[in-house]
Amino acid sequence: MTTALEKTTAAKDRLVPGTPLLEVRDLHVEFKTRDGVAKAVNGVNYSVAAGETLAVLGESGSGKSVTAQTIMGILDMPPGRVTAGEILFRGQDMLKMSNEQRRKIRGRKIAMIFQDALSSLNPVLSVGYQLGEMFRVHEGASRKEAKAKAIELMDRVRIPAAAQRVNDFPHQFSGGMRQRIMIAMALALEPDLIIADEPTTALDVTVQAQVMDLLAELQAEYHMGLILITHDLGVVADVADKIAVMYAGRIVETAPVHELYARPAHPYTKGLLRSIPRLDQKGEELYAIKGLPPNLYKVPAGCAFNPRCDVATDLCRTEIPALHQVTDRDGAELAGRKSACHLWKETLHG
Amino acid sequence: MGHYVLRRVLQMIPVFLGATLLIFLMVYSLPGDPIAAMFGDKAADPATVANLRHQYYLDQPLWKQYLHYMNNIFHLDFGTSFTGRPVSEIMADAFPVTIRLALVAFFFEIVIGLPLGLIAGLKRGSVADTVVLLLTLVVISIPVFVLGYIAQTVFAINLGWVTATVQDSRDISQLILPGLVLASLSLAYVARLTRTSIGENLRADYMRTAVAKGLPRRTVIGRHLLRNSLIPVVTFLGTDLGALMGGAIVTEGIFNIAGVGNVLYKAINQKEGPTVVGIVTVLVLVYLVASLVVDLLYAVLDPRIRYA
Ligand SMILES: Nc1ncnc2c1ncn2[C@@H]1O[C@H](COP(=O)(O)OP(=O)(O)OP(=O)(O)O)[C@@H](O)[C@H]1O
Ligand code: SF4
Ligand SMILES: [Mg+2]
Repeated sequence: MTTALEKTTAAKDRLVPGTPLLEVRDLHVEFKTRDGVAKAVNGVNYSVAAGETLAVLGESGSGKSVTAQTIMGILDMPPGRVTAGEILFRGQDMLKMSNEQRRKIRGRKIAMIFQDALSSLNPVLSVGYQLGEMFRVHEGASRKEAKAKAIELMDRVRIPAAAQRVNDFPHQFSGGMRQRIMIAMALALEPDLIIADEPTTALDVTVQAQVMDLLAELQAEYHMGLILITHDLGVVADVADKIAVMYAGRIVETAPVHELYARPAHPYTKGLLRSIPRLDQKGEELYAIKGLPPNLYKVPAGCAFNPRCDVATDLCRTEIPALHQVTDRDGAELAGRKSACHLWKETLHG
Repeated sequence: MGHYVLRRVLQMIPVFLGATLLIFLMVYSLPGDPIAAMFGDKAADPATVANLRHQYYLDQPLWKQYLHYMNNIFHLDFGTSFTGRPVSEIMADAFPVTIRLALVAFFFEIVIGLPLGLIAGLKRGSVADTVVLLLTLVVISIPVFVLGYIAQTVFAINLGWVTATVQDSRDISQLILPGLVLASLSLAYVARLTRTSIGENLRADYMRTAVAKGLPRRTVIGRHLLRNSLIPVVTFLGTDLGALMGGAIVTEGIFNIAGVGNVLYKAINQKEGPTVVGIVTVLVLVYLVASLVVDLLYAVLDPRIRYA
């Protein structure tokens, strides 16, 4: 165990200080469909460092999954197309790499956990085979070695009686156990970065916390970067270091988690936070942001949020707000805080 | 599993009895007198006719005839044809021929149908896909006997690559053309079924996972995609092997192959009751066993299916 930890830590030390593990710069992705061109991702910027957890928040359809799929290189192409941007992994743009180079990063350096473990696991192959495949393909392990490692992994994610269950098929496990298997698969080669796309959404409420705790614990143990895509603001507060809020395919605000909760610098974030049910508000009607999520085939001009924003001005309807560096009242930069709102000052300080 | 097999085998008994009774009734209710037909134009001696009738149980009520027949079958005695040859001997001549032909056809279904479906399914909307769709549509819409005569005319008569009829069915090379004709329809279905199945599974979540694991393309396709996509195809092929045995009547007729279909066709024309009933009985058995094997195969291929 210690050796594995030392090995990964050593690898991380080679990183130039200040260079994030993964940095997405101005990413644009669109889908060409019968109905036209859906601009699903319109300039996403975010970064994750080793050992850091970035939570990505946003309504359904805001482009969270598409961004993640583009990072993994598993976007459906066609209809999907990356039209601009860079995805730097350890400083190297993955979008410029060959297919073979990218394949060698997938699973080994960057792994992904999907929402629905039942459909994401192959129904006709045993879980032991699917776990062992990582070692057989990437490390040339023999069938026997791979099976032993699969059992070890199942133990690590605390699946009871792993040795007896290694030949079972996905449908023979409970939802929580299946998601543990997905986590084990992502963890297999001790990647530098894990992207978890709503890893607990499909689970019973009772096991959601267990699975999330396990993921957070393993992430800390292996000192991995984690991109956690979620709708659940409650989960975020517990495990994330920083948050990126997405709207209509853009990052509208990024901030360290507690600062964002305490003092949002974007009206959309403010609305999201107000819509969380809180114990001290019992009985009061739950707040909901008015209006509907934008139509990606026809994103509103200016700030995409303007039709739903209570404080929108004329400027908002014509000019797309840049992702501003947020400062405190004295003009000192607040580390890691950015907001894509013309009125971020008023929103933050007013 | 064991219980399931036992139950299925027990269920086969009434199906088998019902099917044979039905064919028995149909054959013996055909108009015309087979004994009189045996004598052709010659006047028959009434005593001889009565004798023959007795010999073939034709003087008994139908239900007695059926019971007698079934009883014999359980002793593997399929009776004697009106020509005096034991039916089992006729079948022993015909079945190996048909089995060979069916296997040749089966082989083509797999080595041509599967790859066509695979290519079309992997590259939906491509030129290759369109060509496969069109070709299979043509094959499906043209009746087998038309296709058979065209093939015979072109390859045997015009090009002279093969003989027009099969001289010796033990020579597999002579069975290639009839085998292709016999396979054509199922081959088209196999290609289309494979294409659809591949197309559906390509979009499945587990395929995305396989790519995200960093598996090379050949593993993603050969392991993850095919293993799932071929389940319906394999079960279709299983059922089809049974169907090929009985469905060769037209092909055997065109190429003059002395197989089951040919013998059956002649026997029906000559109201050869014992031969018709014997062959159909065996074919019913083949179907029943094939469908059981297919169901069991399904369970082996798809672990989600459990028979209890
Ligand atoms: N394969 C595809 N073909 C066409 N359009 C797509 C495809 N995948 C995604 N999109 C478009 O991209 C938009 C953003 O999708 P995405 O899955 O990233 O949303 P999300 O933020 O993950 O939402 P959710 O919370 O519901 O998962 C979708 O609304 C859809 O219009
Ligand atoms: S830019 Fe304007 S419309 Fe957009 S969030 Fe800020 S105030 Fe609202
Ligand atoms: Mg999503």
